[in-house]
Amino acid sequence: MVIKSKPEACFVDNKYCPGCGHGIINRLVAEVLEEMGEEKKAIGAIAVGCASLMPDTFGIDCIQAQHGRAAAVAVGVKNCRPDNMVFSYQGDGDALAIGFSETMYAAIRNDNITVIFVNNGNFGMTGGQMAPTTLEGQRTTTSPKGRDIMATGAPLNVINLMKTLDVAYLARGSVDGNANIMKTKKYIREAFEAQKNKEGYSFVEVLSPCPTNWNKSPQDSMKHIRETVVKTYEMGVYAERRGDNA
Amino acid sequence: MKKLITNVESCKSCKYCEDNCPKDAIKVNGKINSKGYPTVVVDEEKCIVCGICYNVCPDYVFEIHECEV
Repeated sequence: MVIKSKPEACFVDNKYCPGCGHGIINRLVAEVLEEMGEEKKAIGAIAVGCASLMPDTFGIDCIQAQHGRAAAVAVGVKNCRPDNMVFSYQGDGDALAIGFSETMYAAIRNDNITVIFVNNGNFGMTGGQMAPTTLEGQRTTTSPKGRDIMATGAPLNVINLMKTLDVAYLARGSVDGNANIMKTKKYIREAFEAQKNKEGYSFVEVLSPCPTNWNKSPQDSMKHIRETVVKTYEMGVYAERRGDNA
Repeated sequence: MKKLITNVESCKSCKYCEDNCPKDAIKVNGKINSKGYPTVVVDEEKCIVCGICYNVCPDYVFEIHECEV
């Protein structure tokens, strides 16, 4: 008898690089939707980038959005089908660089969708270019001497911006280690619960490793998150309004 | 009795399970799978079937089954 196995939605091996955090986050989203009994009715709007590998190996209905527009597509789907769970699954290059306007305006309007935002500090699929979330001094292919914040501005902490808005749920988790994965799963669950209760916009940022483009081993990448990334992006719940159907 | 089952064909050798195992029961030095990665080997004497490896694995290698003794 099987006690614990991968969710049905993760029906084949994923296509991510070894040690990529997307695999864990895909599983958490699938587990949460299955636990809530929403896996047959959920619809995902998928971003361009490494996130676009998700629909190939994910057994929950997904729409491939144009680059940066996943939040806008999710809002459209939600307006047409208000009883379905609708989420967007985006990376940092997609949600905060090209799609910053869509991401922020969905939050400003407090649209009733859930955004799963994977922050790995670079544009992974295109070869590790600098993203808005790249840390100060971090080397990427377009900042080979390290990110100079005098020239490019400081790393974008989007939760600090969204905190000032009237949104239902904001949290930042991480996939470094068992405890943080469990906490991240709880945040994703609470975000979907907020959507189910029609509270409004819910946003979960997940700090994730990109060993390929960070030029580190998977283990060192996790250590880097624990020791360095969390200093810029602190984890925790930043906004919630439970039971308030505003 | 609970037992940890491994699907080594999915393994990509990231070693997150080895890092997170509280009992040092997992080593990633097994035979090479069809993708070309060395795979996980579980020491069943040490394993307490806590499920942490299932939780940290990005490639869904681990399953927990209930087996008859």
